[in-house]
Amino acid sequence: MLLQQQLDGDKPEQKDSCAPLLQVRNLKKYFPITSPFGRLKGHVKAVESVNFDLYEKGTLGLVGESGCGKSTTGRSILRLIEPTEGSVNYRGKELLQLNQSEFKGFRKDMQMVFQDPHSSLNPKKRIGELIEEPMEIHKIGTKAERMERAMDLLKRTGIREDQYFRFPHEFSGGQRQRIGIARALAVDPSIIVLDEPVSALDVSIQSQVLNLLEEIQDEFKLAYLFISHDLSVVRHTADEIGVMYLGHMVEKAPTDDLFANPLHPYTKALLSAIPIPDRKQRRERIIIKGDVPSPIDPPTGCVFHTRCPFVMDQCKTIKPEMLQQSDGHQVACHLYN
Amino acid sequence: MEDCPLLEVKELRTRFSSEKGTITAVDGVTFRVDHGETLGVVGESGCGKSVTAESIMRLLNEKSTRYDGEINFKGRNLLSLPEKKMLDIRGNEISMIFQDAMTSLNPVFTIGDQIAESIIVHQNLGKREAMEKAVEMLRLTGIPSPEKRVHEYPHEISGGMRQRVMIAMALSCKPSLLIADEPTTALDVTIQAQILEVINDLKEELNMGVMMITHDLGVVAEVCTRVAVMYLGQVIEESDVDTLFDSPRHPYTRGLLKSIPTITGDRSQKLHTIQGVVPALDNIPKGCRFAPRCPYATDQCISESPLLEALENGQKIRCWHHEEIMKREGVTDVITTAT
Repeated sequence: MLLQQQLDGDKPEQKDSCAPLLQVRNLKKYFPITSPFGRLKGHVKAVESVNFDLYEKGTLGLVGESGCGKSTTGRSILRLIEPTEGSVNYRGKELLQLNQSEFKGFRKDMQMVFQDPHSSLNPKKRIGELIEEPMEIHKIGTKAERMERAMDLLKRTGIREDQYFRFPHEFSGGQRQRIGIARALAVDPSIIVLDEPVSALDVSIQSQVLNLLEEIQDEFKLAYLFISHDLSVVRHTADEIGVMYLGHMVEKAPTDDLFANPLHPYTKALLSAIPIPDRKQRRERIIIKGDVPSPIDPPTGCVFHTRCPFVMDQCKTIKPEMLQQSDGHQVACHLYN
Repeated sequence: MEDCPLLEVKELRTRFSSEKGTITAVDGVTFRVDHGETLGVVGESGCGKSVTAESIMRLLNEKSTRYDGEINFKGRNLLSLPEKKMLDIRGNEISMIFQDAMTSLNPVFTIGDQIAESIIVHQNLGKREAMEKAVEMLRLTGIPSPEKRVHEYPHEISGGMRQRVMIAMALSCKPSLLIADEPTTALDVTIQAQILEVINDLKEELNMGVMMITHDLGVVAEVCTRVAVMYLGQVIEESDVDTLFDSPRHPYTRGLLKSIPTITGDRSQKLHTIQGVVPALDNIPKGCRFAPRCPYATDQCISESPLLEALENGQKIRCWHHEEIMKREGVTDVITTAT
């Protein structure tokens, strides 16, 4: 079938199956703040030197509170916003060096599912067209083939095929999120960035969508970058988790390790703050005081030192390095030096 | 007066007239809140939990809304009070905190002015005294340097701080009932923990009754003493919080509890799902409202709607087959062991 060949054909061969699919190094994104007359007043330091690898069929969870830069990280690697600095290496190709037309070929391999299913689908288009659109842009298949694939994807994501001609407003939030997923799958990507994919959904619907994501990951051999503020959701889906705070990745570890043995004081506080829906498992809570500082003028030294219960003198001046503690468990904190 | 419950809602029915005809958003809801307790009202979007709260405060547009039943607050039926009397109760004896603090605060007044306003209206204090009281309230909610903060505008402070301002405002007249409608849903977990602690501390200090509306069962486990689970405008299960988490009886509650990913459960297992979606309010199933999504539904469930049945251990349940279900799932029957 022509369509399938086109989808598979131009995907660069993975030489080594253990090598990461995507390597992100020193990713930085500063948003300039200008006065009404265009004078530069400063920068919002949204993401500051973030490093991670993404493996085939693997899921990396990015967690943190609002404003920690997790979404900016996701958008930067897809170049939906241009990162200020850093390197994003996909199957050995440096993505940030490419110009827009060269990059277009790679967009097909990296798709995104957004948080709000109500605003991420064009209300004037039928859902069938919405799913075909990415294939059209990348000139994949004939019209009939595209339609067939759209039908298949609808069925696969749990929407009846006869709803192909319906409009987004006719669907519930959970169904719209399924359409968003079908749309991301249309061009057969190898990486999907999921930006809070279930945060807008009710619990009974949330579990349906999470299970669907898990099923298609195996089926379509996908790597996920799963961005969420909800640690319990990330725990369920991710193999590895990166915890972000004020633009920095403060801890990164395999999921089970992170929950069993959190090292960074922020991770500990974050974990202890999650209300557990089980009365028997109540535990000591670390309540960190105050609010997240402004990313325009982040604290010197360790960014968490203004709220950290274990703050020492060196935390205020020296920025901690991300250091390996045990196998795959990295933490940026002076307590572990 | 003292021995009557703080708030007693009896068979409350709230109906809206709309283009699609009359819509019953709340259908026969009954519960009570006593002094010093926190009743959690949980359910998914569209289950009528917020409309119940707005009915108690009588915040809905009364031209297109019809109430039936009783809302007895300290022995008085709020539904039969004239609007003028309601003004003395709203914000004074019953206060409400909303989910979105940014849109609930007035952007053109300082936060001090907004807290002082309700004190001036309800307590006949002068502006200067009211301001002092506002500072005191802000300090109570844990805002640092409140004497400076009172002169700031809502946009100058963070989300968590705004929610504290809302709490300060709601509690400034020392209400006996606080209705919190998803007070922490828009906040980050670390800030949520702070806010829940503030509400809990103040509840004890003022011996208030709290009605906590939330969709988050984690929050319920954390702060509530009793819980009412709502589905499509009805209470389907009510019990004290330990019973709800130890032996939930309604298939919906059981499904809901099983489908939440937790930070302690088994990660390798697939999440439990409740099939289907919540039906629209203009298309309510005839029998049991949960029947179309219930794995145990029988013909009886589809044709006849069950009543809220009170069990010996104080648990209330709206399900035809809860006893069989508990037996079938191999759960030891709490009632027989309790009696």
